[in-house]
Amino acid sequence: MTDENVLRTLEDVPRPARSIEPEVRVAIYRRMVSIRLLERRIYDLFLQNLVGGTSHLAIGHEAIGAAFATAMRADDYTFATYRGHGHAVARGASMTGIIAELMGKSNGILGGRGGSMHITSVEHSMMGSYAIIGAHMPIAAGAAWSAQYRGTGQVAVCFFGDGATNIGAFHEALNFAAVWKLPVVYVCENNLYMEYTPIRSVTSVEHPAADRAASYGLKRIVIDGNDPDVVYETATRAIGHAREGSGPMLIEALTYRHGGHSRADPAKYRPDDELRSWLARDPLPMYRARLLADSIAEETLAAVEKEIEATVEQATAEAKAASEPAPEELLKNMWSNGGVSWRN
Amino acid sequence: MAELTYRQAVAAGIAQEMERDQSVVLLGEDVGAAGHVFKTTVGLFDRFGPTRVRDTPISEQAIVGAAMGAAMTGLRPIVALMYADFLGVCWDMVANEIAKTPYMTNGQISLPLVIQVDNGGGVRMGAQHSQSLENWAMAVPGLKVVAPSNPADVVGLMAAAVRDPDPVLVFHHKALYSNKGIVPDGEYCDELGKARVCREGNAATVVALAAMVPRAMTAAERLASEYGIEVGVVDLRSLVPLDLTTVLGQVRATGRLFTVEENPRLLGWGAELVSIVAEEVFFDLDGPVVRITTPHIPLPAAAALETQAIPSVDRIVDTIYKALG
Repeated sequence: MTDENVLRTLEDVPRPARSIEPEVRVAIYRRMVSIRLLERRIYDLFLQNLVGGTSHLAIGHEAIGAAFATAMRADDYTFATYRGHGHAVARGASMTGIIAELMGKSNGILGGRGGSMHITSVEHSMMGSYAIIGAHMPIAAGAAWSAQYRGTGQVAVCFFGDGATNIGAFHEALNFAAVWKLPVVYVCENNLYMEYTPIRSVTSVEHPAADRAASYGLKRIVIDGNDPDVVYETATRAIGHAREGSGPMLIEALTYRHGGHSRADPAKYRPDDELRSWLARDPLPMYRARLLADSIAEETLAAVEKEIEATVEQATAEAKAASEPAPEELLKNMWSNGGVSWRN
Repeated sequence: MAELTYRQAVAAGIAQEMERDQSVVLLGEDVGAAGHVFKTTVGLFDRFGPTRVRDTPISEQAIVGAAMGAAMTGLRPIVALMYADFLGVCWDMVANEIAKTPYMTNGQISLPLVIQVDNGGGVRMGAQHSQSLENWAMAVPGLKVVAPSNPADVVGLMAAAVRDPDPVLVFHHKALYSNKGIVPDGEYCDELGKARVCREGNAATVVALAAMVPRAMTAAERLASEYGIEVGVVDLRSLVPLDLTTVLGQVRATGRLFTVEENPRLLGWGAELVSIVAEEVFFDLDGPVVRITTPHIPLPAAAALETQAIPSVDRIVDTIYKALG
């Protein structure tokens, strides 16, 4: 990464350094639409009281997960937080499985054992969503260590929130990954709030991730996380850097969630003008307009949207139609032999 | 048959498994050229090299978290965590992440990893370097827990733990490191979840773990020689899985149960054992069950106090003699 890629302000958004293939940009857009429509549907189901527990939506964050997933190799590992539905679907996880999991149904992607905060799809190299802040950062380092040891060329990409930058595991993981030169890319989705509190009011530096990078011998990289092209360019270069054996990368991507922290949060603590300015930078309409301006056909984008709308409808129907987990499911799959026995 | 110390057996068990399986790797503080603070990894760095025997920073969350990430992606890591007390620093990784992830993902993720800790007291190191914490691990669904009492079991249970597809915590006992014992020649792998009857006796069954096993055995010999009381001794060896076939079989035969536990009183493994005995073989009992434990206090450092705190041979003999008398 060169210094010109360090963006000081959100207005300082460059056009991509090189042109991104139209098919790739449509693929990014497709993933963004998938995340947006899935999350909207989950919110609707919550309002209908069909989704229990809590859920943390990625509406507003789509560009980060979508662009990274597009830049990743199929066998690169994703590690996400409890705000993980979007990262899972961006890697190809089943929408039916995700919606059913949230509805507590037998066809849930975790069989109803995990719920919203633990969406995992190992067949898509989506190695889990982790609900304890920062805990997955050392775990991602371990997956990267495994890839390094096995010589597979895989990279682990670990997404986390700004709030994670003040927990010990963040600092332990970055030092550990840097010392072992592990192929892992850490991506801070800085949405400016740790739960209900502005991150700047509880953090000693302006950029909670990037301003700590120097402590671990890493470059300071802050990007506009609402610009899919910028995120994709950054992801491609960061993943390439990690894959070629140059060690970890830490990227701080600025973004904003359109709703509250979780379903319980109306997010009244955010100033109106701040909210308005970020909603005006909604990555979906912004990217759609840019793709049209760059001569990608309206029909192409409309077809993507229509197809994903249909997928969401079908997934919802399949989840609703499914039964609840059978009673015998309770006592299965704690051990690798499928059982839960602790005695003979 | 080779005679090894308990500490040499730790390295021997790890070496046996690293030799057998390239996916077995070892990480921890000072495990490399330094050979570990307790000299339990001496020789492994020279034999297997720096990519398989890796020194780490003092970062218990990173160490245990990295082991988890490696285990879910094809390696079989062994963590040498050093003092068991350091589990407190990374308990999130152990109890929230490692223990729960296989079940929460409905078996999508399995975690074949071993965390070995240096457990227990009797070494005058005070309450933050002497705890017996096997009960913490026993209380968390999703963890397997073993605690060997002799060098052969150290090798055999390490091998079984490494080969097991699930996370296993191995509690090595600091006070046993200099003890010697015969270890079988050749590749040796034991089985998790099996207790051992170390001594037969019809008057009572004494169940002990780790450093309490040799004390229980000495106490049993004294009860026999001084009072003519023959008690059986069971080395529990494994807390999860728990070998109730052996324990309940012995208790049914003798009608009395004594537990000898190094842990503080409340909710030690013996409490679970006693509750199971009360539920399942109550009418086979001829008298009250008795737990012999450390008092419910942080372990003190001074020799006189620590010795008084941890169950001693004298206390075991006296307690059993009075209860049976």
